Amino acid sequence: MAKLRGRGYASVNYPTGMNLGGDPSQALIHSTTTGTFVITLSSVDLGQGIKTIAAQCAAETLGLPIENVLVDTADTDTGPHCMGTFASRGTHRVGNAVIMAAAEARGVMLEVAAEELEVDAADLETDGTGLIKLKGSDEKSIHITDLALAAHFKHGRTISGRGIFLKEPSTPVPETGEMDPDSCQAHACTAAFVEVDDETGVVEVLELYNVYEIGRALNPAMATQQVEGGAWMGLSHALFETTEPYYPRRDHGPRDFAEYLMPGPADIPVQHSLFLERPAGNGPYGAKGIGEMTANAPIPAIANAVFDACGVRLTAMPFTPERVLRGLDALRGNA
Amino acid sequence: MPSQIVSLVVNGEPREFIARPGVTLLAVLREALGLTAAKRGCAQGSCGTCTVLVDDRPAPACLIAVETVADCSVRTLEGVAVGGNLDEVQSSFVDNFATQCGFCTAGMIMVAEALLDRDPDPSEEDVAEAISGNVCRCTGYRPIMIAILDAARRRRGESVEGIEGTAPARPAEEAVSR
Amino acid sequence: MTYRLAPIDKSPFAAEREDDFTVIGSVVQRSDARGHVTGRTEFFEDVAPPGLLHLKMHRSARHHARIRGVDLTEALAVPGVVRILTHADIPNNLYTPLKLIGVEPDDEPILAVDKVRYLGEPICAVVAESEAAALEGAARVRVDYEDLPAVFDVEEALAEGAPLVNEYHGRNFFTYEGHHCRRIRFGDVEKAFGQADHVFEWRYESAPIEQAPTETTGCVVIPQADGRLRIHSDTQACFFTLDNTALILGVPFNKLRIVGGTVGGGFGGKVDVIVEPVACVAAMMTDRPVKFVYNRYEEMQVSSPRAAERIYIKDAVMNDGRIIGRKVTLYVDSGAYARHTPYGTTKAAAHMPGPYSIPNVWADCHCVFTNRTPSSAMRGFGVTIGDFALESQMDRVARALSMDPLQLRLLNAYRDGDLKAHRKVAEGTALVEVVQKAAEMVGHELPEAYRRMSSTTREGL
Repeated sequence: MAKLRGRGYASVNYPTGMNLGGDPSQALIHSTTTGTFVITLSSVDLGQGIKTIAAQCAAETLGLPIENVLVDTADTDTGPHCMGTFASRGTHRVGNAVIMAAAEARGVMLEVAAEELEVDAADLETDGTGLIKLKGSDEKSIHITDLALAAHFKHGRTISGRGIFLKEPSTPVPETGEMDPDSCQAHACTAAFVEVDDETGVVEVLELYNVYEIGRALNPAMATQQVEGGAWMGLSHALFETTEPYYPRRDHGPRDFAEYLMPGPADIPVQHSLFLERPAGNGPYGAKGIGEMTANAPIPAIANAVFDACGVRLTAMPFTPERVLRGLDALRGNA
Repeated sequence: MPSQIVSLVVNGEPREFIARPGVTLLAVLREALGLTAAKRGCAQGSCGTCTVLVDDRPAPACLIAVETVADCSVRTLEGVAVGGNLDEVQSSFVDNFATQCGFCTAGMIMVAEALLDRDPDPSEEDVAEAISGNVCRCTGYRPIMIAILDAARRRRGESVEGIEGTAPARPAEEAVSR
Repeated sequence: MTYRLAPIDKSPFAAEREDDFTVIGSVVQRSDARGHVTGRTEFFEDVAPPGLLHLKMHRSARHHARIRGVDLTEALAVPGVVRILTHADIPNNLYTPLKLIGVEPDDEPILAVDKVRYLGEPICAVVAESEAAALEGAARVRVDYEDLPAVFDVEEALAEGAPLVNEYHGRNFFTYEGHHCRRIRFGDVEKAFGQADHVFEWRYESAPIEQAPTETTGCVVIPQADGRLRIHSDTQACFFTLDNTALILGVPFNKLRIVGGTVGGGFGGKVDVIVEPVACVAAMMTDRPVKFVYNRYEEMQVSSPRAAERIYIKDAVMNDGRIIGRKVTLYVDSGAYARHTPYGTTKAAAHMPGPYSIPNVWADCHCVFTNRTPSSAMRGFGVTIGDFALESQMDRVARALSMDPLQLRLLNAYRDGDLKAHRKVAEGTALVEVVQKAAEMVGHELPEAYRRMSSTTREGL
């Protein structure tokens, strides 16, 4: 009877956007009379944080503080079309649409500022604090609140913009499967360290090391949430989860969380995560989608670590104690 | 059985309402009193999203017939932020990115409030045990545990600056050696 | 700082990175966090209109059966039951994936007509004044079944003489432009097997997995003063839901308004448009607000899970570790209806042979119908189980050759400029770098030649 330790690896890539494209998202943005920019979307936040990401993209493009940005979503009467939150597309599609809308609004903002300051719009810059100013000058500047008031009441201008992102749909060639499935690919490598109890068949995941190349971490804290929460889900898929424990038999299906097992707070491994950034040319500030892929690499990494620990090759998910024990029995010639 | 008048002290305020026999505390809170922070995730006591404090102890509001807790004190997430000011647990959840979709958050925070009320200096294991009846599908639990441990430090008046909150469950060297 | 932040290593690809940002790349607080910690975030079920009716489904108790008759007498007699909807009440009784942009098939009724094809298939919808009455009514619906043979295994379903699951398709598989599966044909895989030093073939499989969001799928439909319907929903896609619901109701698209966007977890489980159409029909027929929300059992066993898959991978491998051919035969268990599984199966095909440059690739990816709950989208749709198979396979190949598993991956990793099996030229690749960094983090020593490899050059190959 022993607790056997092992290490396993997996490296993966994952496509950003709906497979084969054809999945647009739009954004509208306008300034209130006092210089708050409202982004209007119909995009859904499932918890991944698209509202925060949309605000960050708009603030960066406008050159204004994020406090000047509000996000209004998701109402189909007021928000323009969004294909939906799936396929690791939200940040990429919506982010791009927001940047396009904000760039148009910024153009108007600078035009009005140029009139107010009596300078050329091309000579203006934003400093991220709310000021639009003449490059290299601290004298000639105007605050966004004053500028928005002037635009509305004096110049009769609407500081607004429209954005859409569409990757044109690709059609696979039926004979060969030739197709353009994705906008870009994110990458990951996981190393899993496990301990297998050869008496009970229980696998404990001790540590997970995750390296992700995600184009750009637009918000590193939220990117970390995706990586570490997704790794937990991957671990959970690997060791516990199914609605049909004796698939393809249909019986013994769990009905609730007492029967559908997942690792609890006492079962979680130490996680060490690292990001690399290789910006995608078509991504918002280079970002790729990572919402989905974070559950993927941990599963085979754990399978490979179990083999490393005890010599049992698990080829069916999930890796239940029963399957581990049957594997150990087979190794010992007891099958 | 006829409906009856039931009284509770909810977030410090005495409340009275007419309850059908067997109606759950969760239904009363959400439908009769308009307190919707506690969520219905499973309606069978297996997920923890409806957790409230009944006489300061965490309880699954979806399983409790309200007449069985008549005259008890019930505390919900709505009663935690006083005057709109977040308490230590709430602000720690925000600062530690311990929320994603937010659906489990009310239950998690109520469990944490009860834990810290009885133990101002819980261990990581104590926190894990306290939230073990609450399902989170987004975070992987560690950010929530970190937030609760950090909230304990905040409540004890310790500085929150420079706390990395990454204390591993076991030394890394031990885990990697074979 | 108190949060746990994964660091960013800026050394790889430094030349391709800009760093001149003020908001991008910084840790901005989540705009929804305050609402979450105070309980003020409004989810769909927090909407409580007066006069709300509750809808509960009577579901199939059989895996595969003809419906000889449905008796609603007892159910209608339950106090509080207002109305019971059957297939005859649904204007266009066809679930639809993305008909507006040409994605079909229309192979699934909203409410069963003359057959049920999986355990839990909805047959009729009981609308009542209270949830308890709706449940009681649903329990008292009587359905007379004539059992039919059922099939549950993907390979058995494809065998000669298997029971036919879904007449719409005529066969137990989805047909891709005349082909019985989604194919990838790249190079000559049989020739590669002839040339290889080793041929390895192994099998992998998985069982269905539930998305298990803490908030179950549901909606509250509220008739409006102007005759429209406002639908509070936890859908992952507002317009997708609006468009499909309008098609099923046979009403102008602008009769509907979806309000959502704040969802208690989705993970793909809230992509299929399932609860809104029938709740809307109920709201239109009663002219009252209607709530239809899955209970946890329905979420676990009836809502579409991640599909079970079975995958065979056969590799042609040289002594030095180069994989020169990979043949993949993949079966996705779609359950009784297609939903988005044909899409997911194409996505699985596009993902093959994994993030590696293999000159000869052959893949047959089958979308197979069986008598189980229809599968559909879940986080990593079409890829998660494929990655389990591919990366287990890589580990086994490395061990069979007594090779370092990371070196095997680095040797075969795709690089910029490589032609993928689906004939798109790879760009922005970074598999080499993530493997190198992972090795560094865990102290796994790589030889100099492998440490010098790069996604942007062919050095070391």
